[in-house]
Amino acid sequence: MYETYRDLPPIQITTESTKGNQTGTWRTFRPVIDLDKCDRCYTCWIFCPDVSIIVEEEGDYPSIDLIHCKGCGICANDCGPGAITMEREPL
Amino acid sequence: MIDALTANQAAAIAAKLARIEVAAVYPITPQTTISEMMAEMVSRGELDARFMLMESEHSAMSALIGASYVGARTFTATSSHGLALMHEVLMWASGVRRPIVMPVAARTIGGPWNIWGEHMDVITERDVGWMQFYCENNQEVLDTVLMAYKVSEDPSVMLPAMVVIDGFILTHTVDAVSVPEQHLVDEYLPSFNPDPVLNIDDPRRFGGLIMPDWWTEFRYRIALDMEGAKKRIQEADAEFGKIFGRNYGGLVENYRTDDADVVLVIAGSAAGTAKEVVDHLRDEGLRVGVARMRVFRPFPSEEIAELNSKDVIGVFDRSYTFGDGGAMFNEVRSAMHGSDNIIKNYVGGLGGRDVTAAHIEWIFRNMLDILDNGLDRKIEWVGLRDGSGRW
Amino acid sequence: MARGGGELIREHMSGKFIIPREELMHPGHSACPGCGEPIAMRLLLKALGPRTVMNVPAGCCAVIPGVWPRYSLKIPLIDHAFECTGATSSGIRAALDAKGMNDITVVGWAGDGGTVDIGLQSLSGAIDRGTDFLYVMYDNEAYMNTGSQCSGSTPWGAWTTTTPGGNEISHRTGKKRILEMLVENGISYAATVNIAFPEDLIKRAQIAQSIRGPKFLHILSPCPSGWKMDPSKTVEVAKLATQTGMFPLYEYRDSQYQFTEEIKDRKPVEEYLRLQRRFRHLSPTQISEIQNLVDNRLRELDARMEASRK
Ligand SMILES: Cc1ncc(C[n+]2csc(CCOP(=O)(O)OP(=O)(O)O)c2C)c(N)n1
Ligand code: SF4
Ligand code: SF4
Ligand SMILES: [Mg+2]
Repeated sequence: MYETYRDLPPIQITTESTKGNQTGTWRTFRPVIDLDKCDRCYTCWIFCPDVSIIVEEEGDYPSIDLIHCKGCGICANDCGPGAITMEREPL
Repeated sequence: MIDALTANQAAAIAAKLARIEVAAVYPITPQTTISEMMAEMVSRGELDARFMLMESEHSAMSALIGASYVGARTFTATSSHGLALMHEVLMWASGVRRPIVMPVAARTIGGPWNIWGEHMDVITERDVGWMQFYCENNQEVLDTVLMAYKVSEDPSVMLPAMVVIDGFILTHTVDAVSVPEQHLVDEYLPSFNPDPVLNIDDPRRFGGLIMPDWWTEFRYRIALDMEGAKKRIQEADAEFGKIFGRNYGGLVENYRTDDADVVLVIAGSAAGTAKEVVDHLRDEGLRVGVARMRVFRPFPSEEIAELNSKDVIGVFDRSYTFGDGGAMFNEVRSAMHGSDNIIKNYVGGLGGRDVTAAHIEWIFRNMLDILDNGLDRKIEWVGLRDGSGRW
Repeated sequence: MARGGGELIREHMSGKFIIPREELMHPGHSACPGCGEPIAMRLLLKALGPRTVMNVPAGCCAVIPGVWPRYSLKIPLIDHAFECTGATSSGIRAALDAKGMNDITVVGWAGDGGTVDIGLQSLSGAIDRGTDFLYVMYDNEAYMNTGSQCSGSTPWGAWTTTTPGGNEISHRTGKKRILEMLVENGISYAATVNIAFPEDLIKRAQIAQSIRGPKFLHILSPCPSGWKMDPSKTVEVAKLATQTGMFPLYEYRDSQYQFTEEIKDRKPVEEYLRLQRRFRHLSPTQISEIQNLVDNRLRELDARMEASRK
């Protein structure tokens, strides 16, 4: 969006969100949710450091934003009923 | 209205006239009386500003950077070790383009301890992206604080400014100062409305991490805008003259230089003495002049290069950058690169030692001697107890 | 005991949000996988809401929000030098007051090194100035952004690159008692909170927000890279820190100290230590030394609470 120094804002302020960063490419393990086991406690949504567990409305089942999920595994580790497993990404 | 004021009082009154909104203070000699006067003005209700007692100069500058983002006109003053302690955040202030104006009571930096005046503290900070105005007298201090806000806050500049006041020589001596009327100041200096400004409804990050891909371009913008500030300073000086009836000649004030063979480049209060000596030597028929370096950042390279035709140039440094000559000397010399005149460095007035008329007269006679006989030495420590009996 | 970590599941109804829904953080930020800092940040912002302005010094906190021109938070953020978080907050607050914007919460957010060591002076100054702001220290227990060097908040015995083990570890007194120091400094409200106890964290943050004057939150924020642990263990380890007494949760409010999380059936510290390879080099004697330190610390805290109630 900026081509030369002339296009820059007069002071250095941000103009976009980090959503454009595809941090999902950092991942080696991918979380997979077994909705049959999910209790919708939303523990995964509460603790995900990368805002990558999506629950739009109360009552919804969680889904995963794989564009951004870094594969840390917190969601799987802390899921009470063990509904989330980490699966190796294909090389 | 004409008042008898010290330069520190003049600086505090200028801050009030500029309607500053946030002030941060921390004491250090010989700046302290500015802070004290600010406190008095706020406590008497004469100045409607948020007044912060800081626990260090580093914090004072850091607080003002935060306040400036919110759109407040900000003010602090410091000196010496306080300025040195600020060094890191001076660079932040300019790097994130905060137009903070700060009088600096120029003083030594220890050790050993010495509280008196010289320019070492401000010269040390010449590379931090701040404009630097060197004042000759108390009136100029008041006027320059107002001008500095005008230039700093110009959307094409957005860089901070130091107003240099010679420690004790100006900070603590009383002189007649014409205090302008508030409505004229308001006409000269509109309120501060930066764009962009911190906005809760349009959340942005200011001053965050930047990678090698754009760092150079942001630095280049600062370099360009510092260069552009030269024109803004001249305009601000001229407009000041129109409204208040006095101005200062822009970046360099040339005093009887037109037909001079030798010219002394000098900054600060000693320029006043130098001008008097020029008058006296002119009576003898000697063709001498003074170029008063009023602004050292941005560096007045064009104005200095105009002195190329002079046969001998002396540069007086009230500081010494341990290495090879004073900073002003080296910069003047580089601005004159390619000309065949002789340039000599005079170092003096350190640690509170007076720069007397006798010293200045010696300098001029030395320069005239060089005109006839060639350069004796590149750097002269004036008034040095060297047993030579020269002064 | 309030719900912490994976235990959340056992108690509450399914299909309900137990923390505010509003999202003030974008994905795509630059934290390492499993970092505690963005968990803490996200919970804090959920508690405080969008009328919040934040300032951050050097540290992982300056890297995590992203690289210009991108930014991960939905509140204004001001970056500044390392040692001046308290001072910059004071300046922001002063200018907001000057402009009549009094309904905005000002938050200084800094790491442990930026708080208990190099930033202690300006934080102390901000408290002394009575700045109306919330200072949050996310504590990953070392200088992490420079690669895990020992800070004044590194626990006794922990490996860092500047405490590689050996004789030197015994020369440190362990974590500075920052909360108590700030209480003595005159802070209006202070609490320790833990990302593994999100409802409590949010509650303390909202209490702090409702009080005028300088407030302090100390958040334990595990760092998988510096603590040498599996990134999936961040919440589990944080929870154990409280359950073992390594990181007790308590607050100072209305001149009284009180525990905000009773530790019943306290677990041995070893359960906490063994999940982190930064403690791997410790001998059994050294581990029992840490157990002693924790026991003593809790007794001391008990006494402090008792005394403050008198
Ligand atoms: C005056 C100064 N000294 C040193 C540094 C280098 N530095 C940058 S970040 C950092 C570590 C920060 O540690 P902490 O505050 O605990 O935050 P963390 O990175 O652990 O989240 C250091 C030492 C600096 N930026 N400024
Ligand atoms: S693996 Fe980590 S980043 Fe990915 S959804 Fe789970 S908690 Fe979030
Ligand atoms: S180094 Fe530690 S604290 Fe810093 S981003 Fe990585 S995990 Fe977080
Ligand atoms: Mg840290």
